[in-house]
Amino acid sequence: MSTDFTYDLTIHHAPDEGGHFLANGTLFGGSFAAETLMQPLKEIETAFFEAWQDEAFQQERLSLLKHYAGRATPLYHAKRLSDELGGAQIYLKREDLNHTGAHKLNNTIGQALLARRMGKKKVIAETGAGQHGVATATVAALFGMQCDIYMGREDMRRQAPNVFRMKLLGANVIPVDSGTATLKDAVNEALRVWVANCEDTFYIFGTAAGPHPFPLMVRQFHTVIGQEARAQCLAQAGKLPDVAVACVGGGSNAIGLLHPLQDDDIRLVAVEAAGCGLETKQHAAALCKGKAGIIHGSLSYLLENDEGQVQPTHSISAGLDYPGVGPELAAMMESGRLDVDSATDDEALAAFQTLTQVEGIIPALESSHAIAAGMRIAASMNPDQIVLVNLSGRGDKDLGTVMDKLAEDAKEGDQ
Amino acid sequence: MSRLSDVFARCKSNQRAALVSYLTAGDPDLTSSELLLNTLADQSDILEIGMPFSDPMADGPVIQAASERALASGTHIQDVFRLTAQVRQQHPDLGIVLMGYANIPFVIGFENFAKQAVEAGADAVLLVDIPPEEGHICDGIFQKHGLDRILLLSPTSTEERIQLVCKHASGFIYYVSLNGITGANMGDMEAIQQQVNHIRVHTDLPVCVGFGVKTAKQAQEVGHFADGVVVGSHFVNTIPQNISNAEAINDALKDAASSMKEALEA
Ligand SMILES: Cc1ncc(COP(=O)(O)O)c(C=O)c1O
Repeated sequence: MSTDFTYDLTIHHAPDEGGHFLANGTLFGGSFAAETLMQPLKEIETAFFEAWQDEAFQQERLSLLKHYAGRATPLYHAKRLSDELGGAQIYLKREDLNHTGAHKLNNTIGQALLARRMGKKKVIAETGAGQHGVATATVAALFGMQCDIYMGREDMRRQAPNVFRMKLLGANVIPVDSGTATLKDAVNEALRVWVANCEDTFYIFGTAAGPHPFPLMVRQFHTVIGQEARAQCLAQAGKLPDVAVACVGGGSNAIGLLHPLQDDDIRLVAVEAAGCGLETKQHAAALCKGKAGIIHGSLSYLLENDEGQVQPTHSISAGLDYPGVGPELAAMMESGRLDVDSATDDEALAAFQTLTQVEGIIPALESSHAIAAGMRIAASMNPDQIVLVNLSGRGDKDLGTVMDKLAEDAKEGDQ
Repeated sequence: MSRLSDVFARCKSNQRAALVSYLTAGDPDLTSSELLLNTLADQSDILEIGMPFSDPMADGPVIQAASERALASGTHIQDVFRLTAQVRQQHPDLGIVLMGYANIPFVIGFENFAKQAVEAGADAVLLVDIPPEEGHICDGIFQKHGLDRILLLSPTSTEERIQLVCKHASGFIYYVSLNGITGANMGDMEAIQQQVNHIRVHTDLPVCVGFGVKTAKQAQEVGHFADGVVVGSHFVNTIPQNISNAEAINDALKDAASSMKEALEA
């Protein structure tokens, strides 16, 4: 059931003309792309700004968000969980209840409408956890577009149910074997394919990273999350949250939740994948541990060595297993507006189980990182305070991974 | 005059296009690479030395694999400079372009990078993912060190972009003959010629054509209207085809390069 919601369609905190986000004199974002892509990117930018001002486009988009995706998604007061922790009240923004089971559809609806408006017949996308791939395959089915999804072979193994969903939806899923065979390599491959086919193909980028205008555009399509959550929290709790928490892969669910809250007196927290621990090399925490770098068309924080080679990452969740991060989050951290935190594989897994057992909600492993940090933060606060956590997706896709991991841990426990 | 303009002047007086060749530094390993780069330099007017990168987004499978081999065999940026210096020592008149992705010079520092590139004997730098719009991050640094900055144009470049690129480029213009990645199939020759002629309206810089040139015949055709012909994947391919036999690679590379050279001289 969805209720009518009035969204603010003004573009707040826009980057400069070149797509740069500035913080304390440091510049992030931009379009560090090959010449062949510069004009196609410019065309998308122009089409996006035109569409954004076009009432018919917005009506169609918002109508799809309501009747097709099921927005507004609920804000849920996780009372049992809050009571058990004895700290702040935890409110969950239920993006897991968005159609296809994650926030990703907010973005793909917007970009697919834009692709159709630009006369593109074919869409391509990269995917890590497969949620963006599923969300893209879904809108491609809806709009009758041809759809190719690029996915690292390692991720296809970890997220097999989503591979099958994409295929059922009519998409081709193309395995990527280069590099580390995960999300970053899928982006590389999708970019290569796009360069060769930019005339008839639209690249539906899956996160708030990549070259301008993607970080801006993806953000705008996801700010529905934060706008709804803000109003819902005011309505339900009579006040704004004290802290807002989201997990970060490339940064789309985080910027979607946090961007509309940044002008309020709310602590904003981005939670990265600490994998086996931030002190190891096996994590994916670009904001916590990275340095400035240029990858996938954008200047941001990056996990790289002293010579600029991108380093392999690790996370139990495929959707967070990415060495970069969106430029706007990097700028928000640089300016001091955004706090960064992290959760390890084990902490995420524990949060996954806790939320399932205490609230009857099975979260995605990506979202479990936000839950883990949210619980930790809430535990140190007072019961009259509020922690808002973005539950970016549901965990059905992760059951295999969790089953294997729990069996492995049990075996180790026996020894 | 810069060394690159000398190269083009010399080719022009011989009434032929320049052979611009590409290999990735450190491919397949550091020792072989020194031999191979020098062999290719012997036959070439300009050598593009690729700086291996973990995420070569603009490259096709052949050059991606070259980057992976080079990194796996332990090639560091210092090795790229050292190999460049070794090629320079043996080839005083050769044009040398360091080619790669923005993140390497960005992370080691553009100033530091430019200084070492010049010391090694490079004439120019081509960073695929720094379009003129983002030139601000290395603004004036290459120029200050006397390094030319090669910029790309492609079939998707509009009139406005052609002007922008011509304004910021030096050394030569690299026209990417197709919408695609390195190693793809060559586009329509007539369309390429038209575009090259069109670019010339906006610049006096030499125009080289690359991406997709694989046969001597293609090189010859391109050489009739372009100032330089860039051959990359075709040369790189001699490495996996003869892997683990440096001498065989060297022979194959020498053959491949001399047939391209002859085609341009014919
Ligand atoms: C449920 C869920 N949450 C979060 C992410 C991470 O992406 P982002 O940082 O763009 O929100 C993914 C990516 O696949 C996801 O599926």
